[in-house]
Amino acid sequence: MSSDDLYKGYRGQSLDLLQRMGIKVWSEVRVTTDKGEFCGLVLPRSQTADDRHLVLKLETGYNIGLDVRGIKNIEFLGYHEISYHIPPVEFPFDAKKPTVKLLGTGGTIASRLDYRTGAVIPAFSPGELYASVPELAEICNLEAHELYAVFSENMGPQEHIGLAKAVAKEIENGVDGIIIGHGTDTMSHTATALSFMVQDSPIPIVMVGSQRSSDRPSSDAALNLIHGTMAAATSDIAEVMVCMFGPTSDQYGLLHRGTRVRKMHSSYRSTFRTIGDIPLALVDERGIKPLRKDYKVRRADKKVKLDAVFDDRVSIIYQYPGMKPDVIDSLVDNGYKGIVIAGTGLGHTNRQVFPALRRAVAAGVHIYMTVQTLWGYTQMFVYDTGRDLMEIGVVPAGNMLPEVAFIKLGWALAHSHDQDVVRNIMLTPIAGEITKREPPDGYLVLQGGLPEVDRFVKGHKK
Amino acid sequence: MQRFWDKEFYAGLGLKVGLEVHRQLDTSHKLFCKCPVLPYSKKFHSKILRHMRPTLSELGLYDPAALMEFKTKKEIVYCLNRDTVCTYEMDDAPPFEMNREALEKALVIGTMLNLNLVDELHIARKQLLDGSIPTGFQRTTLLGICGHIMVNGRKIDILHLGLEEDSAREVSDRGHRRTYMTDRLSIPQVEIVTAPLMETPQEAAEVGQAIRRLCHLSKMCRTGLGRARQDVNVSIDGGTRIEIKGVGSLRDVPKLVHYEALRQKALIELKDTAISRGIDDSSFGWSGDVTELVKQQACFGFVWGPKSVAQAILLKNCQGILATPTGPGRVFAHELSDRIRVVACLDTLPNLVCSDNPEYFDLGPMFDEIRTMAGGKAGDAVVIVLGPEADVVSADLEIKARMVEMLKGVPKETRRPIPGGATRFERVLPGRDRMYPDTDLPPIVLTGEAFDLAKARAPASLWDKEAEYRELGLSKSQLERLFTQGVWELFDHLVEKVALKPTILAYLLLDWMPYLKRQQVLVPEADIFIELFAKEKDWAQKEAAAALAFAVGHEVHWKRKGRGNE
Repeated sequence: MSSDDLYKGYRGQSLDLLQRMGIKVWSEVRVTTDKGEFCGLVLPRSQTADDRHLVLKLETGYNIGLDVRGIKNIEFLGYHEISYHIPPVEFPFDAKKPTVKLLGTGGTIASRLDYRTGAVIPAFSPGELYASVPELAEICNLEAHELYAVFSENMGPQEHIGLAKAVAKEIENGVDGIIIGHGTDTMSHTATALSFMVQDSPIPIVMVGSQRSSDRPSSDAALNLIHGTMAAATSDIAEVMVCMFGPTSDQYGLLHRGTRVRKMHSSYRSTFRTIGDIPLALVDERGIKPLRKDYKVRRADKKVKLDAVFDDRVSIIYQYPGMKPDVIDSLVDNGYKGIVIAGTGLGHTNRQVFPALRRAVAAGVHIYMTVQTLWGYTQMFVYDTGRDLMEIGVVPAGNMLPEVAFIKLGWALAHSHDQDVVRNIMLTPIAGEITKREPPDGYLVLQGGLPEVDRFVKGHKK
Repeated sequence: MQRFWDKEFYAGLGLKVGLEVHRQLDTSHKLFCKCPVLPYSKKFHSKILRHMRPTLSELGLYDPAALMEFKTKKEIVYCLNRDTVCTYEMDDAPPFEMNREALEKALVIGTMLNLNLVDELHIARKQLLDGSIPTGFQRTTLLGICGHIMVNGRKIDILHLGLEEDSAREVSDRGHRRTYMTDRLSIPQVEIVTAPLMETPQEAAEVGQAIRRLCHLSKMCRTGLGRARQDVNVSIDGGTRIEIKGVGSLRDVPKLVHYEALRQKALIELKDTAISRGIDDSSFGWSGDVTELVKQQACFGFVWGPKSVAQAILLKNCQGILATPTGPGRVFAHELSDRIRVVACLDTLPNLVCSDNPEYFDLGPMFDEIRTMAGGKAGDAVVIVLGPEADVVSADLEIKARMVEMLKGVPKETRRPIPGGATRFERVLPGRDRMYPDTDLPPIVLTGEAFDLAKARAPASLWDKEAEYRELGLSKSQLERLFTQGVWELFDHLVEKVALKPTILAYLLLDWMPYLKRQQVLVPEADIFIELFAKEKDWAQKEAAAALAFAVGHEVHWKRKGRGNE
C-alpha cells in the first residue's frame, strides 16, 4: 500500500502528526487534545481542505475536525476500514420486455461518496442501479455502458462525437430505446449535438439526469430514470429528448425536444423548459401522454443516419452595452470560423462593433444572430441596426436558441465553409431547432404575486 | 399509583433515562438560508409533493428506519408560505453559508455545558425519511462532547451538543399522505444530549428543567410554545433503548418514562412466556385470505371499500398473548396495530381484529373456522387484518416480523406520546448508518477568537447561581421561575438595593408583577422598587404588594378567605 493510501488526503502538519504517531486512516483512536478527549475513527481528509485538522468519525456517526496543534496524544485502539458500495443485485431478464441501453456520461443517476474531495461520484452498473431503483426491472431489460465519467461541463465536441457513434451502434444492434445519463448543466447542448449527429433514429433517445444527487433521499434521480426508461422503452417518439421533472413535485416528467430545451434555473428540479413551444409529451409511472402530434414516430428498422462531425472553431458572444470591437477581432485573429451572437432585442449589436463584424465577414467568418431573450424570433428588418447588420453579412437564425445555433454552426462548418452551403444548413431545420410559428402558449413565465397566479399556484402542486 | 421518585422501585427495574433536548436559538434568520424566523402560521401559498427514498450511508449500509419508511410509500405534501420559505427549504437550492449568529450563540451554550468543543465543524446529513425535512435529511453539526451540568448536587454528563436545523411541523397523517407546514423548517436549534444517567422518572424531568433553566440563563434561545422539544430515551434491564420523540412539555416526562419502563417489563415477561410455550420463528407461518368469511360478520366497525380484503394470520400457541397488558388501556395487540398503522398505512381503526380481544368473543365460531382452515388448534391466536389489498400484504409481513421480535423482547423503536402517558410506535430506531457527510458545504474552522467570544458571553454557571438563590431562602419554585420567567437579572439588580426579604422580592417579581400586568395597569419599573423599598423597614408581603400597586395607581382590596367574590 502506498503512503498515499495509508494517509488518504492528509498532508503537511496533519500528515506529519499521523506519521509520527504511527496512525493510519481507518484507525480507531482515542485523541487527547487541549480541549479534552475524543474517541473515533480516523477518516480520510478532503484534499482541498487545510492541513491543520484531523477528521474523526465518532460513535454517534458525527464527523469532527481536531486542530493538530492541540493534539497531545493519539492512542491506537483498532482498525476498521470502510468500503462504500451499493450492494449490486443482478438485473432480472424478461424476454417479453423491451431492451433499453443506458449510456453513462457521468451524471448522478446513482452515486457514492468520494472521500478525497468530499464530493459524490457516480456508481453505475445495472446491478447497482437495480439495487437503487428496483422499479426499472418492471419496465425493461436494462443494459448499461459507461462511456464517460465526467461532469457535464466537461462534455465537449469529442465526447459528443463519441456518444453519437455509440448511440448509432446501439441502434444498429437493435435495442428498443436508449437512455443517456448526463449532468444537467450541458444536457441540452449534448441533446442538440445528438439531434444533428444522429438523424432519423428509429427509436427514442432519451437524456436523463438529476438536479438533486442520488445520494439524498429527496433526489429526483430515481424518478427521472424511471420516466426516462419508460419513454425509451415504450414511447413511440423516435427523437432525441430530454426527460426531466415537469413540476418540482414528484408528479410527472416532461419529454422535451432536444433542440428546444433549456436549463432555466441553477437548482430547481423543474429547471428544464421547452422554449418557444410546448413539450413533446408528459410521462409518469402510468405511461406516456403526448402533448403534440408532430413528432417522428418509432420504426421497426435499425437504420440511422450518423453524421458525427464538429468544427470547434466556433464561439458564442453575449452582446452587452458598450461591447468593443476587439472582442470580435480577437476571435478572428485566433482563427475562429464561426460566431453566434446572442443579440439584444430582435437581434442587435451596438454600432461600435460593426467595423469588426465587417472585418470578420471579409475574413470568411460565418456570423449568425440569435436573441438573448431566448423567447421569440430574430427580426432584423424592424430597426436600422438589424438591416445594417444583415448588410454586413450577419445572418438571422430565426428562433434557434443561442446554444443550439452554436452547436449547429460547429456541426455545419464541419461539412463546408462555403457561405451559401453553411447558410442553407443553418436555416433548414433538421430537428425542430427553428420552428415555423410560436404558439401563444409557447411563452408562459407566470409572474408570482399576482392574485390570479397565486390562486392557480395554490390549487396546483408546482 | 407509583411515586415517580421511588428510587428503590425503579432501581429494581434497572431504569435508565437520557434526554435529548432541542431548543431553538434566538436568531433573526434560519440556519442555512436568509429566511426570517416568524411566528408559526397556518397560512400558505402553495404546496409541493415529494417522496423519500432510502440511500446508502457513508458506511455503505442502508439504515433500517430508512428502509421501513420507504416501505410505507408515503406521499409527503409541504405547504409553503412565501414569507418564511425560500427555494432552500423546498430542497430546490443548495444551502447558503451557515448562520454565524446561530453558531456563536450555540457556542455560548457549549461553554455553559463545560463541553470539549471541536476545532472544525463538519456538517452532516442525518437521514429523516418521515418527510419532516424535504431534503430527506437534517443538516446538523457536532459542536462538542463530554460536558456536564449539576442537578440537585448530582453531576449529569452531557454527551453531545449539536447545532441543527429544525424540521417541519406535521399537520396531518392520513393513509398514504402526510402533510407538513414549513415555517418551522430550518430554524437553528441546539440539541443537548445527556448521558442515560437518570434513575427515576422524576429525576429525568428535573434534569430537563435544569437544561431549560440553563437555556433561559444563556439568553441565546427562543422561548414560547413550540420552540423546544425533547426526546426521552428509556431503557430497563433486559430491555432496550426506546426513544420517545417530540415531548413538548417536561410535565409529561415522568408519566411517559414510567409507562415505558413498565411496557418494556411486560414485553420481557411476554418473551419468557412465549419461549416457555415453545413458540418460535416458525409459529407465525400461516396466513390466508378470509375476505368472504369476514364479510358475513358485520359486527365490528370496519368500513369495506371496493378493494378491501381481509387476511388472517395464525399465531400458534399464542392465545392470550395479544391480550397481555402493556400500558394504560393498552394490550400487546396494540403493538401490532400500531405497526401496521405506520408501515402499511392502515390508519383507519380497527385495522385488525384478534381472537384475544374480548370485544370480538362473539366471533368465536369464525375464529374456529379460520383455525380449521389453517390447520391450527384451540390454543392458537388468530389476527385478521383489514384494508386495501396492497396494504394488507405489507401488514401481513409486518405482523409476522413484530411477532418474531416479540421472541427477542423489546424491539428498538422510536415512539410517540399519546394522551394518558402511553406511547405508540412511530418508526424503527435509526442507527448511526443514517449519518452522511454534507457534500454541499465545506468544514468550518473555529478559531481561538470564537471560543474566547463564547466564554466572554457565557453567564456564571447555573448551579452556582442556583446555590446563591437557595442561600437567600428562595423556594424551589421561585428559583426555577426566576429563570423561566426571565427576571433573574432584575432580581439580582434589586436584591442588593431594597430592604425587602429576598422571598418577598421574588414574590413581587414572579407573581405580583404578572398580576398587575393582567390588570393592565402600568407595570412598575426597577426605579419604583428602589424608591419604595430602599428604606429599612420590615415589609410584609401584602403590604409591599399594595404599596407597589398604589405606586402605579392601582388600588388593591384583599379578599378574605372563605368569602365569595366581592
